[in-house]
Amino acid sequence: MDKLTLDSIDATTHLDQLEAEAIYIIREVAAECENPVMLYSIGKDSSVMLHLALKAFYPEKPPFPFLHIDTTWKFKEMIEFRDRKAKEFGIKMLVHSNQEGIEQGINPFDHGSSYTDIMKTQALKQGLDKYGFTAAFGGGRRDEEKSRAKERIFSFRNKNHAWDPKNQRPEMWKLFNTRINKGESIRVFPISNWTEKDIWQYIRRENIDIVPLYFAKERPVVVRDGQMIMVDDERMKLEPHEKIETMKMRFRTLGCYPLTGGAQSEADTLDAIIEETLGAVSSERTTRVIDQEEAGSMERRKREGYF
Amino acid sequence: MKSLLKFITCGSVDDGKSTLIGHMLYEAKLLFADQERALELDSRLGSRGGKIDYSLLLDGLLAEREQGITIDVAYRYFTTDHRSFIVADTPGHEEYTRNMAVGASFADLAVILVDATKGIITQTKRHTRICALMGIKHLVLAVNKMDLVDFDTKKFDAIKEEFARITTEFRFESIEVIPVSATEGDNITTKSPNTPWYEGLPLLPYLENVDVHASDDDKPFMMPIQRVCRPDHTFRGFQGQIEAGGIAVGDELTILPSREKANVKRILVTDQDRDSAHAGQPVTIQLDREVDVSRGCVFTKDDQIQEADSFSATILWMDDSVLTPGKNVLVKVGTKVLPGTVTAINYKIDINTGNTVSADHLVKNELAKCEFSLSDGIVFDSFDRNKSIGGFILIDRVTNMTSACGVIDEALQSADQAVRIDAEVTREIRAQQKGQQPFTIWLTGSSALDNAELAKEVEKRLVASGYHTMRIDNQSGESVRQIAAYAALLNDAGLLALVPAGPANDNDQAIAQEMIGQAFLPIEVNDSSSIEEAAKDTVKRVVKALIQV
Repeated sequence: MDKLTLDSIDATTHLDQLEAEAIYIIREVAAECENPVMLYSIGKDSSVMLHLALKAFYPEKPPFPFLHIDTTWKFKEMIEFRDRKAKEFGIKMLVHSNQEGIEQGINPFDHGSSYTDIMKTQALKQGLDKYGFTAAFGGGRRDEEKSRAKERIFSFRNKNHAWDPKNQRPEMWKLFNTRINKGESIRVFPISNWTEKDIWQYIRRENIDIVPLYFAKERPVVVRDGQMIMVDDERMKLEPHEKIETMKMRFRTLGCYPLTGGAQSEADTLDAIIEETLGAVSSERTTRVIDQEEAGSMERRKREGYF
Repeated sequence: MKSLLKFITCGSVDDGKSTLIGHMLYEAKLLFADQERALELDSRLGSRGGKIDYSLLLDGLLAEREQGITIDVAYRYFTTDHRSFIVADTPGHEEYTRNMAVGASFADLAVILVDATKGIITQTKRHTRICALMGIKHLVLAVNKMDLVDFDTKKFDAIKEEFARITTEFRFESIEVIPVSATEGDNITTKSPNTPWYEGLPLLPYLENVDVHASDDDKPFMMPIQRVCRPDHTFRGFQGQIEAGGIAVGDELTILPSREKANVKRILVTDQDRDSAHAGQPVTIQLDREVDVSRGCVFTKDDQIQEADSFSATILWMDDSVLTPGKNVLVKVGTKVLPGTVTAINYKIDINTGNTVSADHLVKNELAKCEFSLSDGIVFDSFDRNKSIGGFILIDRVTNMTSACGVIDEALQSADQAVRIDAEVTREIRAQQKGQQPFTIWLTGSSALDNAELAKEVEKRLVASGYHTMRIDNQSGESVRQIAAYAALLNDAGLLALVPAGPANDNDQAIAQEMIGQAFLPIEVNDSSSIEEAAKDTVKRVVKALIQV
């Protein structure tokens, strides 16, 4: 693979265009939708989304709350970051967890894919229903995964939060149709057209703060099924043959710590991360364990209501 | 400076469209290594016996892989040393015309594929027409499968000439015809030794160099208002994206539709103070005086922008339902949404040939010239000058689907003159106007409850839910035939007729069924403890029937 160098990328115009498109979409939703919310997952894409929301309405604060679906298995540093940012920007941060799931002791070690369903998908549905949100912004990008590549920017969900890929509304020019029937809701993806590279370049250009886990550092890890899993707390269950090693590593995506693989890396500055990303040999979702289960698994999950 | 090119690919399954893009990404080494691995893995499942099937890179949805066709628009992103690209791969079949239109509405350029062994076919013409309608100004005709005609320059030239002939009716700014082979890789990223007679650039280098951005900066300033920003009583600003021209602090602008004038006091480009701003930028503008501005107003320095409450337009009908004149819709132009009516279908335009045909209705994927009347004036411009306030969508008032997209041609007479409908006013038109399907609700049974009282209660609830109804109280003891005739008349008026028919009687019901036809909806009332409960249950059943229509 040709390695693209930083100097060869002068994406000012390109990033401005993507930023303008996202801000236009965010403003349209605020103007037309009854009860919007921005989902906040604490990752780099969420940091960009939050930044765009702040810019879109300035000098007003974003006229909607933010919602974090907490599986209770996020990295500690993520939760600290979330609370710090909410305070710093003076935004309303709602947090929802699936209490039933917690009471039943659902965890990523023993419950596999039903963990994702219960603590993420079901929790998200509960959170949206609890507050009666009619539109939810998400940071999904079309370059992440094949089924997302076909999803509209305004994506409709029936009352069970299910997506029907065969019955998507035509989306023409910039004329977004935000009208819904009772019980339906919309997922809105303002950064649909951004790539991972765009995200990183924008973070650098705008000097956006991101969770330190993205930067390489010595961390306690276990190598499991070829994935490098960080031991973030004492709940991590080790197999008999596994042992905790300390490695200089970083994460390309963030999620629940037992399900998020990191990679060995020396990239401890933003420029080093971008350099590494532009020459990347893996697209970012390979480090999320669930996506590789089977062909088309993401599309199936989304039809069932996964964000 | 590096720019972004948004383009689409059009053609049919057999033209090798997905293969072309897949091959371009593969050859240009624009794939991540794990995508390459996945591609090789996926290819084993495919039909090409392990040889790399480049089209698998683009056909993402499961249904598509099973059927081997592209149903929806798929977006792909790639960057070369010279440009960033977003490519929308669109389906070729006529039944997916609307999906192609979605892709085309987003793009600056279209790559249209033809099979060199077949030449220009009907769908090539259809795709060209859709591209033109959606505002694409630049075309590339990729003549594919040149390897199967032995790179015959005569075949290529004939196709090129025919394409020039069919595109004369449109105003495209540039058209490039390139001989390629998507499966073998000729003229995709590098010049093919098989076509020494071809003097132009291969596809990818051409796309890297083509200039598609007609300068929106040269046009007069224009910005539709998205929202009013009022964080507190000290600040009032107007937010939107500049669609044309530039603006500077101190400039005078006109507010449409009020035609008031004001000067710009302050400009914020996102969160930064600026002295000026230009097309494409998201801004917040403060004015030097108090003016009446809300979402849907337009700031401009352009005196050609018009306001009208009726206009003629070319539309692409995209809904599964049938469009007939009289249909009530919501119309979205720029940032303004207004109720309106399709007052006339002037004629249909054959999407393949461009021939006009008279029509009294439209079905999905048909193109037509129509007339519209809106509840209020709307600010617009011709689509050629200002895409953002010249294009519109129609939203169905009942299903909320985006039923059509269109391009405004011209304003019609002013609001003061009566609006006419160019068709006989039928039951369907009257019903559409009310946004409901007419039924005769024939209430029978339940000796314990007063049927007439129940009908009253049911009607109250239906009206409260927005339905248009009429109740027939048979106090003078008229015959079942008489009552059924009244009910049928009310249905003709587009209303829900409510008939408390008393205890069930098979004979009466058969007569009513015959006279009222499909609109007949017999409901046997369940025995309930109270009128309220019975009414609630009845309404539930009526609404269910209405939704299922």
